Formats: sequence, structure tokens, C-alpha cells
Amino acid sequence: MKDTPLSNCERQFLLKAIEEKKRLDGRQTYDYRNIKITFGTDYGCCIVDIGKTRVLAQVSCDLVAPKDNRPTEGILFFNLELSPMASPAFESNRQSELLVKLNRLLERCLRNSKCIDTESLCVVSGEKVWQIRVDVHVLNHDGNIMDAASIAAIAALSHFRRPDVGIQGEEVTVYTPEERDPIPLSIYHMPICVSFSFFQQGTYLLVDPCEREERVMDGLLVIAMNKHREICSIQSSGGIMLLKEQVLRCSKIASVKVAEITELISKALENDKKVRKEGGKFGYVESMPKERITALKTEVAPVETTDIEMKAKDIVCRTEAPSENMPSPVVHAPGTGQLGEGLQDSWGLEELDELEDDLGEEEEEQGIREQPTEEGKNATKGKYKREVVVISDSEEEEVVILHKGTQVKDLKKQAAQSNQSATAASKKRKKKKQAF
Amino acid sequence: MFDIFKHKVGDVVLPGDVFSFASLAQDSRMEKIICGPGLRRNGDEVLVCKSGVLRHKPANLFWVDSQQKRYVPAKGESVIGIVTAKTGDTFKVDVGGSEQASLSYLAFEGATKRNRPNVQVGDLVYAQFIIANKDMEPELVCIDSCGRANGMGVFGNDGLLFRVSLGLVRRLLVPRSEIVKDLEQLFPFEMVVGMNGRVWVRAQTTQQTLIVANLLESCENMTAEQRKLLFRRVADGC
Repeated sequence: MKDTPLSNCERQFLLKAIEEKKRLDGRQTYDYRNIKITFGTDYGCCIVDIGKTRVLAQVSCDLVAPKDNRPTEGILFFNLELSPMASPAFESNRQSELLVKLNRLLERCLRNSKCIDTESLCVVSGEKVWQIRVDVHVLNHDGNIMDAASIAAIAALSHFRRPDVGIQGEEVTVYTPEERDPIPLSIYHMPICVSFSFFQQGTYLLVDPCEREERVMDGLLVIAMNKHREICSIQSSGGIMLLKEQVLRCSKIASVKVAEITELISKALENDKKVRKEGGKFGYVESMPKERITALKTEVAPVETTDIEMKAKDIVCRTEAPSENMPSPVVHAPGTGQLGEGLQDSWGLEELDELEDDLGEEEEEQGIREQPTEEGKNATKGKYKREVVVISDSEEEEVVILHKGTQVKDLKKQAAQSNQSATAASKKRKKKKQAF
Repeated sequence: MFDIFKHKVGDVVLPGDVFSFASLAQDSRMEKIICGPGLRRNGDEVLVCKSGVLRHKPANLFWVDSQQKRYVPAKGESVIGIVTAKTGDTFKVDVGGSEQASLSYLAFEGATKRNRPNVQVGDLVYAQFIIANKDMEPELVCIDSCGRANGMGVFGNDGLLFRVSLGLVRRLLVPRSEIVKDLEQLFPFEMVVGMNGRVWVRAQTTQQTLIVANLLESCENMTAEQRKLLFRRVADGC
């Protein structure tokens, strides 16, 4: 599918804004967007967000025979893929120019800089070495994929643990993670790419271009550096003429940025290590913020308790009292059925309130609750309240015996109370949200 | 029959919800109900096919107000398109749908075979759909049924084009819309809103244009009070 074309007026506006030193999202010329680094539950899995650009890197390892000309070194393999979910312009299995360029840059940045000690990956010289494979997938393209990919790759490599290997004479045993703790790779330094985009034949410069800025740029300069101010790779594309001072200035800016980013990566790695050691929850799910949409919210949560009440009454009138033995399945409402009396239900009066509250709040927040099953659930709750609870020799601590006579009034009061408490709780929640 | 619907107006409905009229008496079925987007008739029932809030307009129009970002061309809607190609007698225009729409040279005000309109590749056009269904390529025109431009045509040699969701666009196009009224109080600006989710704005300076664009994009998920608070902060800051 083709990407949305860039209209003339957008192009003119962007160039004019850049001349006035203004960017679309209000950043300064040398500002990066928000960088977020999260690790998954497996070792070696990392997602990096730069603004809206999102990249996933996964590291895996395998024992293979080494290359003939380098029998004592491990093998590093890099693979970057542009997923079609990143942008409508990306098609799967198509070798586009951008893909080739990004792959080459990533390889040069990480392999030729010798940031990973490949000698330590050797197991049996000439026969078995570790092959470390880094797969980088671009999940969302909003500009500056290169930086995000390099950060993700190096963070994933630092996070990765390979299985421990024991050698006794001729025998080689690879221990599973349960037998022996896996060991990290030995990484000398962290090379990180910084992208500079040029406009109007090199007059104006922007760091970390977003997607629209990338479309109007004349040329791109990528400098891969580590925090010791060593340049690992430089690439200039687009065919613009750059002056010596410009390149030197860019490298100075890059060293500042790389120092900040390396700091960020180390902090993220440390946090992850700490959480894993303490046994807390780690992984992507924990790091995702709960995004709540409030645009089409209604003021009052329409919890239909009146319907439920009628329905529950109907059902009670229609069904007979439950017997001591296991009765055949009773269908209360479409989607729910009851077989026997089940466990001693400890759904006392207070708990029914809470449950209805929860239902009310959830419905309000998500705005979605399957109607039939909700009615069914409420109906079963209503039913449970009605029947006389038999004291059996169950292990339940509290047994509540509900009397049939006072049922109807109680349920009505219940409904009114729960409605009020649901709205009160919803109001509290709304206030909390507005405070953001 | 009305009551079954009226009962649910303002509630959230899901695809698969059914309004069944089979159980009603014969005479009460004679009322006419117009089903808008998101509702579909299936014999004796009306099915909901989009998730959203059920809305009602007197006298008998019901529809489901749903939220999405991808645009599906519909006849009669006015959209902002980007010209991508000039082929033979027509322009190919990208409207954000699955196919590119075609716009004929002659569909501009005062255009004849000799007098071609001045449209370049990459220009923005504000046009209306005359044909838009799932079986054919959509067609646009820049004139109304009397032959007058009525605001349509090429525009915008300045200003910024950006995308928002379809729900926000519909909220902006409501007559006397709240969001537009709040924005007007900040500073003067021009705005063209296309129903395909594209909005074009131009203010006096670049900075103001950028501010308006960012404010509109962020209005998406805000309640009215949050929005007023934000606008007030911006007004104080300027």
C-alpha cells in the first residue's frame, strides 16, 4: 500500500517553520523526543520508544560451527525488519533501499566496532562457538528508526544471558537455566547512533527528525559513538555537501546525546535487575501505562438493576426451591446455567454491594459489558440471595442464613444503595482523573 | 417500536445487539424508523454492527456514534484530498481510504475543455463525493449541483495539514461547536475540516498555527473542563 503523499503546503510549511527554528511538536533543534526503554520477561528482549517510533529487539543464541577463517571467534548476526504494521509504505518481504541501508548501518555500528567480545563466545575452538543473533523489528515508524534500532539492539545485548557451558576434557555440557544461572555477554562499550537531518542544502540542522521532517529533509548524517567519545561509524546520505565544521559540530552534539542515552540504558538495566532480584513483577505488561479514553464517557453509569430485579423475581417464581440432591442444570438466563448448589457461597450482603460497585465502575470506565452475561450474572447473584443457605460441613468460616421473607425489600434497597454508591464511586474516579 | 429504541438512547451498544420487533402487535409496526450508520436491518430485526453510543434525532432517526481513525468514503461527504497524479482527463486524489478517488478536470467552477483548472500534483483540494460505494472507485467533484464552487476547490498555499480521528472531526463540524468556540477566543485563524479526518489550519504566524494544530490534536481525549483549562493556560501564556 502506498504511503500518504506529502502535500506541497505541508512541505512549504515545514521548511518555513524550520527556518524560524520551530519544530512541529515544539522541541528545540537539538532535543530528542522522550526515550522509553522497557525489557520483557525473557532475557534479551527489549522495546525502545522514541516518541511514537517503536522498535523491538530480541537476542537469541545457538551453538554452531565457527567460520573457517576465524575458528576461535563467535558469530554475530544482525537482522532488521520493517514490519508492515510500522507504516503503510512498508511491505513485507520487499527489499527496499531503506531496509538495506538500516541493516548495513546496524551491522557496521555493532559488529565493526567490536563492542562484543567474540573470543569469549568460543566453546571448542574450530568446532563449536556461540552464534548470537539479534533480530530487530520496527513496530511503529514515526521517524528516526536508526537511533531506536541501535539503542534497542545494544540494550537487548546487554540484557541477554547465554546458557552456561562446562567442558570436561572432550565433553561439553550446556547447562539449562535451571541447572546453572545463565551468564551475560561481555560487552566492552555501547555504541549508539545519533541522526542529524539537514535542510536547505545544509543550512539548517535538526536532531532526531520525526517522520514528516524526514520526508522534507535533504540529507541525513548518522554518527555512531560510545560514551568514551569514540566514533564507531559515520554515514552521510542524501548527497548533500557538508562542511568540516558542521561535521565536527555534529560529533560534539552526538557525544553529549550519547552520554545521556547511555546513562538511560544503564538505569533501565539496573532497574530491571533489581526488580528481578526482588521477585517483583517485570516485563512489558507492568511497564505499560493504563490508557483510559474519556472522550465518549457518560456521566452516570447505566447499571440496569431494575431490569435485573424483575428478571430475578421472574426466575424465582418460575423455578422451584433447590433440593438437597444434585438437581439437573437450571438455566437462569441466556449464557448462564447452574448445576447443583455449588460451594457454600459466601456472598454475604456486603460483598454483593462491592461486586455491584465494581461492575458499575468497570462498565463506566470501559464502557463495555456484555449485556446478556451481565444480566445473567446478576440474575444468578439474585438467585443465590434468595435461597436458604444450608449449613453443611464446609470449611467456610462465615455462614450467612438469609430469610426468604425479607428478600424483596432488601434487594430493592440493595439496588438503590449500589446505584448510589456506584455513582459516588464514579464521581470520585472522575475527580481523580481530572486532577491529571 | 419506538420505545424499544428510545429506551436505549444514550447507552453503549455492541455489535450483535438486537432490537427485535417480532413480538410486537401488527399495528404498531407501521411506524417508520430511519437507521443511520452502525444499524442494519435484518428481516424483522435491527442489528447493531458498530460499537458506540446509540443516538437519536427527532423525529425518527437513530444511529450509533462510534469512534475510528480510518476513513471509509461515503456519498455526499466533503473531504480534503491530496492530488497524486494527473492522468488524461482526471486527477487522482488520495483521500485516506483504501482506493484513490478520481476528480475530473471539468468538475471545477468555470472549467471547460479549453480552460483547464490550475491544479498541480501535491495540491490540497476540498471536494465532495458523488460516487462512493464499495464496488466502484470513488469520484469527487468540486462543484455543487448548481455548478457553483461553494467553497470547494484547490486551497492552502500556506498553513498546516494534520490528521485527527473521525469522532473529533464530527465534533468540530457540529454547528456552534464548543471546541471551535473555545479556539476562536485564542486568536484568529482559518480552518478547513475534511470528514476524512484531515484538518488544515492557518493563523497569522507559524507559531500560532503550530499551537492551534497541537491543541486540536490533543482535544481528542479531553473532557470539556480539561479543554477549557488547557486553552486558558495557552491564552495566558501567549
